[in-house]
Amino acid sequence: MSLAEKYPQEIEKVLAKYPPKHKRSAVMALLYMAMREEGYITKADKADIANILDMTTTEISAIIGFYTLFHDEKAGQYRLQVCTDIGCALRGADQYLAELSEKLNVKPGETTADGLVTLEEVKCLAACDKAPMFQVQSGKGIKYHEEMTVDATLELIEVLRKDAKEAK
Amino acid sequence: MFYMLLRHRDVPDIDQIDVYQKNGGFDGLKKALKMDTADVTNEVKNAGLRGRGGAGFPAGVKWSFMDNNNWPHYVVANADESEPGTFKDREIMESNPFQFLEGIAIASYAVGANDSYIYLRGEFWEVAHLLDEKIEEMEKAGFLGENIQGTDYSLKIYTHLGAGAYICGEETALLESMEGKRGQPRVRPPFPPSQGLYNKPTVVNNVETLTSVPYIITHGADGYRKFGTEKSPGTKIFSLSGNVNKPGNYELPLGTTFRELIFTHGGGIPDGKSIKAIMPAGASSSMVVANDEALDTPLTYEDVPNVGGDLGSASVIVVDDSISLDWLIKKTMDFFHHESCGKCTPCREGSYWMKKLTQRIHNGEGTEEDVTLLKDVATQMQGTTLCALGEFSTMAVVSSIERFPEDFA
Repeated sequence: MSLAEKYPQEIEKVLAKYPPKHKRSAVMALLYMAMREEGYITKADKADIANILDMTTTEISAIIGFYTLFHDEKAGQYRLQVCTDIGCALRGADQYLAELSEKLNVKPGETTADGLVTLEEVKCLAACDKAPMFQVQSGKGIKYHEEMTVDATLELIEVLRKDAKEAK
Repeated sequence: MFYMLLRHRDVPDIDQIDVYQKNGGFDGLKKALKMDTADVTNEVKNAGLRGRGGAGFPAGVKWSFMDNNNWPHYVVANADESEPGTFKDREIMESNPFQFLEGIAIASYAVGANDSYIYLRGEFWEVAHLLDEKIEEMEKAGFLGENIQGTDYSLKIYTHLGAGAYICGEETALLESMEGKRGQPRVRPPFPPSQGLYNKPTVVNNVETLTSVPYIITHGADGYRKFGTEKSPGTKIFSLSGNVNKPGNYELPLGTTFRELIFTHGGGIPDGKSIKAIMPAGASSSMVVANDEALDTPLTYEDVPNVGGDLGSASVIVVDDSISLDWLIKKTMDFFHHESCGKCTPCREGSYWMKKLTQRIHNGEGTEEDVTLLKDVATQMQGTTLCALGEFSTMAVVSSIERFPEDFA
C-alpha cells in the first residue's frame, strides 16, 4: 500500500499546515511517516512522497541524506543514539559508550545479532546536564533516556526486547 | 530566586492551562490585543530584550524591520536548540509551554502574522507532540484560532519537526528547511524581516526570547528593566554543564558573575580539581582563561568580550585542570565538521582540515608545524564563511592555541 493509501487523513492534516503553493514544506513530516513501520524509507516511499509533493525522487534522496534522523537503510529496530559531544564527554560519556559497546558486543554503527538494537554515536542532544544520556529512535518516534548507567541501559534493552517480542 | 521564565519551579502544574491562567497567564496577550500593534513592538524595544539564541540582536528592533508592503507575515519560533552546552529551551517548552506559546501569540499580533510556526529539532519529538496538545487547549480556551478574545485577530500556530542538523538553528537555513529543502543558509541580505519564509517578511525568534515577551507586556518595559543591566536587561537562563558539581539551568539576572554562577549556584568543581577554562557560549565559544578577572566578570553581552569571549546563548561549559585542550578542540572540530552544511568552501574544506589536524595533534602524531598550520587554516576561515557556523568553528581552536600553548607543546 502506498503512503497516500495508508495515511490519507494524516497526510491531509500535515499539508493543511502550509500554504497550498508550498506543500513541499510537508516533506519532513512525510519522511517520518514513511519510517513508521520499518524504521527506514524505502524506494517506494520516496516515489510516493515525490508524487504527493510534486518533487523528484532525487530531491527526496538529497533531503534524506542531509538530515541525520532520516534513514533509507535498514538497521536495528531501535537506534540507541548516545551523545558523546563536549558536555556529555566531560561527564564520562566516552567511557560509558565504550563499556556499553563491550557489553552489547557491537561497535558504534553496528547492530546486535538479533537485529534489535543499532548502537550509534551522535552529536549534542541538548541534555548536557544529564549525561550519560542517549535517545532511542524507532519508527514510532524518539525518546530520551538521561542520567544513565550501563546496567540501566541493559535493563532498558531487555524491556525493548520483550516489547518487540510481544508486538510480533 | 525570581523566575520570569522557569516559572514551573515556583508554580507547580503551570503546564496546565487553568493553573497557568490563575497565575497571570495570558494577561500579556489580553493586554497586547487591546494595544496598537506598533505599541506592542515599542514596548519590547524599550524593554531592550535581546535575542537569546546567541546573537543578542534587540528583538523589538527586529520586529520593527518587518516589511509592511509585503504580506502575509510570519513568525517562526526557533526551537532548534542544538548548540553543544545549551538545554534551556527544552526545559521551557516541556515545563512552561503556555508562556512560550503566549509569547509567540503576542509577537504574531505585533507583526500581523496569522500563521506562525515552531521549528523544533527532530530530537524534540515528544516536546512537539506536547506543544500540539497545548496549542489545541489554547484554541479551545479562545487564546488561539479565529477571533481571539472576541477581537478580529486570528492566529494559528503549527509545529514543524526538523530532523537532526545543527545548521538549521541558523535562521535562513531554518527557513530553507521549513520550505522542504536541505537546511543550508541563504546569502544575506535580504534578511528574513524583508524576505523570509516563502519569501515573505518573517520574524525568527528564539524560544527564550519569545517566552520573555509576556512578562514585558504585562509589567511594561520598566518592570522588565528592574532586572539585568542597562545594555543587557532582564533575566537569562544559563545552561551550566561540564566539570561542575551541579550542572543544570539557572535563571539569573544578566550581570551575575561567572563566579556566582559556577561556584554559588553550580557548587564548584568536583573531585578537588580547579577550574581551568570556561566556554561561555557552548562549542561556539572562545576558550576563556578562568582567572580571577574572568570569574568576577558579569555575564552580560557587553562584559564577556572583555575577557575574550561572548555571552552568546549563555551555555556555560566549565573545564577543569585535568582536561587538555587539544582533546577538547578535537571534540569541537568533530562537531563542526559533522555539522558543516557543505554550501560554502571555506567552511566545508576548513572544518575538514581542522578536524584532521586536531585529531593528529591529539593522537600525539602532530608536529609543531601542524599546530601552526591548524591556526593558519582557522584564521583563513575567519570572515570568509557564508554563515556564523564556520566562524564559530574557529573560535575554540584559535583561542586554545593562543591562550593555552602548553597544551599543544
